[in-house]
Amino acid sequence: MATSTMTMAKALNEGLRRAMEANPKVLLMGEDIGKLGGVFRVTDGLQKDFGQDRVIDTPLAESAIVGTAVGLAIRGYRTVCEMQFDGFVFPAFDQIVSQVAKLHKRSDGIYTMGLVIRLPFQGGIGAIEHHSESPEAYFAHTPGLRVVSCSTPNDAYWMIQQAIESDDPIIFCEPKSRYWEKGEVDLENPPQGLYDAVVRRRGTDVTVVGYGSSVKTMLRAADAADAEGTSLEIIDLRGIAPIDFPTLVASVEKTGRLVVVQEAPRTASVSSEIVAELTERCFYSMRAPGIRVTGYHVPYPPARIEEDYRPTVDRVLDAVDRVMGYES
Amino acid sequence: MIDEELVQLLTPEGERVTHPDYASSLTGEQILSMYRDMVIVRRLCNESTSLQRQGQLALWAPIQGQEGAQIGAGRALAPMDFTFPTYREHGIAWCRGVPPENLLRLFRAVSNGGWDPQKYRHHVPTIVLGNQVLNAVGYAMGIQRDGADEAVLTFFGDGASSQGDVLEGFVWASSFNAPVVFFCQNNQFGISTPSSTQSKVPLYRRARGFGFPGVRVDGNDLLACYEVTKAALENARAGGGPTMIEAYTYRMGAHTTSDDPTRYRVDAEVEVWKHRDPIERIKALLVREYHTKPVAFDAINEEAEAFALKLRDDVLAMGRPDPLSMFDNVYAEPHPLIDEGRRDMAEIRASAGAN
Repeated sequence: MATSTMTMAKALNEGLRRAMEANPKVLLMGEDIGKLGGVFRVTDGLQKDFGQDRVIDTPLAESAIVGTAVGLAIRGYRTVCEMQFDGFVFPAFDQIVSQVAKLHKRSDGIYTMGLVIRLPFQGGIGAIEHHSESPEAYFAHTPGLRVVSCSTPNDAYWMIQQAIESDDPIIFCEPKSRYWEKGEVDLENPPQGLYDAVVRRRGTDVTVVGYGSSVKTMLRAADAADAEGTSLEIIDLRGIAPIDFPTLVASVEKTGRLVVVQEAPRTASVSSEIVAELTERCFYSMRAPGIRVTGYHVPYPPARIEEDYRPTVDRVLDAVDRVMGYES
Repeated sequence: MIDEELVQLLTPEGERVTHPDYASSLTGEQILSMYRDMVIVRRLCNESTSLQRQGQLALWAPIQGQEGAQIGAGRALAPMDFTFPTYREHGIAWCRGVPPENLLRLFRAVSNGGWDPQKYRHHVPTIVLGNQVLNAVGYAMGIQRDGADEAVLTFFGDGASSQGDVLEGFVWASSFNAPVVFFCQNNQFGISTPSSTQSKVPLYRRARGFGFPGVRVDGNDLLACYEVTKAALENARAGGGPTMIEAYTYRMGAHTTSDDPTRYRVDAEVEVWKHRDPIERIKALLVREYHTKPVAFDAINEEAEAFALKLRDDVLAMGRPDPLSMFDNVYAEPHPLIDEGRRDMAEIRASAGAN
């Protein structure tokens, strides 16, 4: 088995490279992605190897990055658009929800919108405003779109390739605080389907679900809970839209308890959807209401206090205590 | 009001004028054929307005007065060129061969599109102002990468000229030298908003600031619209980059059938523009220069009447879509929520005894 240890940023880079080698119709487009290699260096070296026609440094206009990718998709190209930061996706929001999400339908299936919008998301890097947001719910709410998030280098490597191969448009959420963490990448065997949730750690007492940067926090919480005799089952959601509910249902039917973790604000969010759906599907198995551990209903705070906003191990453990406390 | 730089090859009275950069290349036969296009498209428009008034269409967006701009531009296209319309490019759709009944599917509210955009090389209607301009520029970037001898023609109005997507499209087309022609029909109004609110300079002059040529053409002059568009498309195909064309025209009717233009414009202005009618001036030219006989015009009118009758029949024959069709083509690949929705609706309809 050919494996290699690399950072998530490098794994994405290698995944993009492999997709570009496999299909000459794959293009990359974004701000500063060429010579600079992107602000996170995810596209480092790709323009040098694939040329300026395939790795396109664009003027600074996000609506145009996505809007022209739509036209390229109509022409048969598969464009991977890089949004430099989560908070800068909103100029493109109109093109994403009005055109990207709807053109397959509006053309009665003639067009395929096989494009990927890469979105470095979530916080934890001490950045200034608009650089740490979690806008995934806006996209998960929109019919016609798909949303995924990776949490390991191996998933990053494979999921970006699977996303590029998809004939549906995909919002590809990359937890930017994890870009520099290393992990082993299996260069031969894809782990599983793009939307499949993965049990990262088996447990029996509480199902803890999250995605992106939250997964690491959840795993640390599992270690801490274990020391106190509570067994957490940690599920990395991966597919945010659609959600792999069969995997979640199987877990909650076993544990009877659910905690969902996300950095985004709680109201009308991905965690809200998970709790509502699992309550409907697993009502008689559940021993406590599902609890959400999320960002607060405030604009993302200045970075000096962001760790008070982001879900921490302690907040996850507190939620675990709450769901455990429902039984005498 | 009319700029001295306006390209005009035919006066409102149907008399030819010369222009240093453009000369009409159309034969009498071609002009008569395009006259026929304009008459039929106007008849389509009138019939559609009637159908809306009779409750058979949800909405209609008239183009009376803009037939010269659209048939001129539409006939200037090469077969492999691709067009990106708004919801008002009925004349372009006609030139591209989109079956007229398909054009009305959107307005009949039985579809959000209505035709195969790849087959007719005519994109589906875009209702969000300006979105299609960026899509058009992207398509043109694809043409560049394919090395194809094709160009893109995209449409918007004076209203959409204020949209960021249109202006971003200008930047991108210029930066990448994309083979795209921006065809702006300045019909003087965005619903009730006059074009003077959209721009303090003539719209075509904006192009210069973005680094490519802008041309203002008499939008009611079929001959000029044809030549200016043809030249711009040829330039784009030859690698010359984008051009903006401002077709200076007038929306003789309402914005849509939901609009009431008497609330915001005066009759006298409409009267002035009536004398600049694009169809009448071509008719005058045909009579004067080509001695086209009344019988030829009568034949076209009769054809237009028959066309309208058939169109009406086709529209009335459009039934309610199968509700389950709303789940088709939302995604290209299987999706659990689509399966669930389809199953739920089928069960609800079965239990309600629906067919």
